Amino acid sequence: MKTVTFDSPTQGTISYTDKKRGLWWMSALYPLFPITGLVLHGLTGIELMLLVPMVAAYICVPLFDYLLGEDLSNPPEEVVAQLEQDRYYSRLLYLAVPLHFITFFAAVYWIVTQDLSMAGYLILAVGAGMTSGLGINTGHELGHKTDPLSRLMAKIVLAVPGYGHFCLEHNAGHHRHVATPEDTASSKMGENIYAFALREIPGGFKRAWQLEKVRLQRKGKSMWSPSNELLQSYAITAVIQISLLIAFGWMLLPFLIIHNFLAWWQLTSANYIEHYGLLREKKANGSYERCQPHHSWNSNHVFSNLLLYHLERHSDHHAHPTRHYQSLRNFEDVPALPNGYFGAYLMAYCPPIWFAVMNPRLLNLQHIQGDLSKVNILPGKREAMEQKYASLVAA
Amino acid sequence: MKKYQCPDCSYIYDEAVGHEHEGYEPGTRFEDLPEDFACPACFVREKEDFVPLESDSITSDCAKNKNSVVRSLKK
Repeated sequence: MKTVTFDSPTQGTISYTDKKRGLWWMSALYPLFPITGLVLHGLTGIELMLLVPMVAAYICVPLFDYLLGEDLSNPPEEVVAQLEQDRYYSRLLYLAVPLHFITFFAAVYWIVTQDLSMAGYLILAVGAGMTSGLGINTGHELGHKTDPLSRLMAKIVLAVPGYGHFCLEHNAGHHRHVATPEDTASSKMGENIYAFALREIPGGFKRAWQLEKVRLQRKGKSMWSPSNELLQSYAITAVIQISLLIAFGWMLLPFLIIHNFLAWWQLTSANYIEHYGLLREKKANGSYERCQPHHSWNSNHVFSNLLLYHLERHSDHHAHPTRHYQSLRNFEDVPALPNGYFGAYLMAYCPPIWFAVMNPRLLNLQHIQGDLSKVNILPGKREAMEQKYASLVAA
Repeated sequence: MKKYQCPDCSYIYDEAVGHEHEGYEPGTRFEDLPEDFACPACFVREKEDFVPLESDSITSDCAKNKNSVVRSLKK
């Protein structure tokens, strides 16, 4: 364990030991976990063993989140600069990048070498896609960094599921417009995740291309120039996935389609739960108030946070996007999810459960208190919401 | 040539340097940046939020902390 210290002129020496420091290996190594499914299948011959990584993600992780609870601790502000200069944390991010490729190629190897049933094939494709969705999270943390190496690594890892437009769309699109009706990556009250996906996936793609077009125009370059950063990442995807098709034939095509879509779906799932119904106030001049911690749903559940590079401390992340994962803070009185992300995804996949849990939670937030004018609500749903939650909606 | 600082992440727009990646040539004056200019580091602060720097001093609390940090990593 390392202790960082800061000599404060007013408070004396401030010491801090990051108790989670060694545990961040969980985030770095988690991308390899799906290989356990392949190993267990190989050892037992039982195809259902390929489900183990999914069972672990959607049953064990929410259970551990429930049992282990939350970590509310924050590093002292005075040592944050040192924490962020400590290369150990960024090396753990870099490490995850090749591991995503290893798991992806391991799944491909299994598909082409094993005599899988259709069910086994589907399970493996879904599991591999979920892992590459995790890779979007790795790319997310890397893509918020400003150094060229991190940005390059982000492009590379996002190429696994063919989502190279994510960094630009996320930083310059989603972060800028978060918690507004205009943001395609912020879900609205009354909007189920399936309807949201139809808005979010094409919307993100379109916005990224528009942003890149404007940036390249400023530089006097064509959309099809090698400087197009979306094309750079897509090119890596194309080389990998077309090479695989040439090498192993059309039997891999369904795998690649399912894999890519499931990875995108993982991101959609995260976007859906992160800002559901939250709304920034519009100022008199037509612009929105700056993003505050209460414009994101937060989770301090320690286990899933350790698997996701603190992604779930989303309130601080959106209020201060360049803050590194190891220094993200808990805030008091911010919108809080009832479980970590994996448990919340399960709820979201069953819209009646999601609405039953989250709509009252949303309306009861301190800054909303039943005022629907402070909610990002699906157009046309307002009256229905007023009737359904009459006891919670302010008159 | 003047400098302007993002009040959230401390990014400094230096007119002498511009921002090549975003397509702003060296010498691009702050007032000539488009009205929808957002901080190219954090993207959550816009042109109207940027703070002009009188000299080379860095003003935000965040940056003060980063610059005055005492490196003392101990095993």
